[in-house]
Amino acid sequence: MRSSATLFQREPQIAVMKSRSRLPDIGGLLIRAAVRSDSPILMALDQEVTGLAKRKYWKESFARLGSRRQSQRFILVAENQGHIEGFIVGEIRAWEFGEPPCGWVFAIQVHPKARLQGIATRLFEALCDRFRRAGVTKVRTMMARDNHLVLSFFRSQGMMAGPFIELEMALD
Amino acid sequence: MKLQKASSFALYAVLELAAHPAQPLSGTEIAEKYGISAHHLAKVLRDLGRAGIVEAARGVGGGYRLAANPKRLTLLDVIQIFEPVRPVDPANSDLRTATDAGRALQTVLDELDDHTLATFRSITISTMLKWMARGSSTTRTKPARRAAAQR
Repeated sequence: MRSSATLFQREPQIAVMKSRSRLPDIGGLLIRAAVRSDSPILMALDQEVTGLAKRKYWKESFARLGSRRQSQRFILVAENQGHIEGFIVGEIRAWEFGEPPCGWVFAIQVHPKARLQGIATRLFEALCDRFRRAGVTKVRTMMARDNHLVLSFFRSQGMMAGPFIELEMALD
Repeated sequence: MKLQKASSFALYAVLELAAHPAQPLSGTEIAEKYGISAHHLAKVLRDLGRAGIVEAARGVGGGYRLAANPKRLTLLDVIQIFEPVRPVDPANSDLRTATDAGRALQTVLDELDDHTLATFRSITISTMLKWMARGSSTTRTKPARRAAAQR
């Protein structure tokens, strides 16, 4: 598995996303593709939520925007009245583990003050729409078992354990 | 893995009550729907009441209501009232953990326990209701056996 930087640990999960939420409109909320000028805001939001500064990760992520691979990689932001309230990062991974291409979600964050409004669901659905339009039929993610909050979120979106088991070992 | 009867009865009751938030249901109604012992379910409902997960409404139109928030209540919250769902303390293990084989076996069982705990803890009653509405059995992906050899 590739080891690109992550905002939370990944663990094999698979779901077939069929459902569309029936969330009420969140007044003024816009889900859009990130642009380079969003970079410092996303970096700050990520650092605020996770407590980790990942300047290199974000620099590399935004450097790829506009490249040929952009159609395979998505950074979406949720903007409400000019403020970025959250973001989601994902990409299409091709033929890993002999599987057909699938969508991977490897980061989702919503500002603590903007939670419980369905923003993460809107971000996730928007990303799934991008994946569908790109022709993939599965979305996967991976995370630490003790990340109850995000794990419960993905479960609530319909995600279930997939056919892979994550393995690791210490390299002494 | 198999749940004890009390755990599965409790989950049936909690899911049924969560699906009908405006309508108190009697234990008998729930027992009839699932074809389970009303007597056993009554005991389970009392335990759920003591845990603050359900509440009884007395009088005409009475019955049980869900007292907990289904968006926060997890499968683990319900199941662990009726059976232990946690890694076995090595001191209380039946395995011979003083031996290499016993320790290696304990490692395998710990891995299984960790996954079980994480799964039960990550699924809320609200999520279960969504899956039930969709037909959860259709969303699970079967293992792809060919995949392993290709990496």
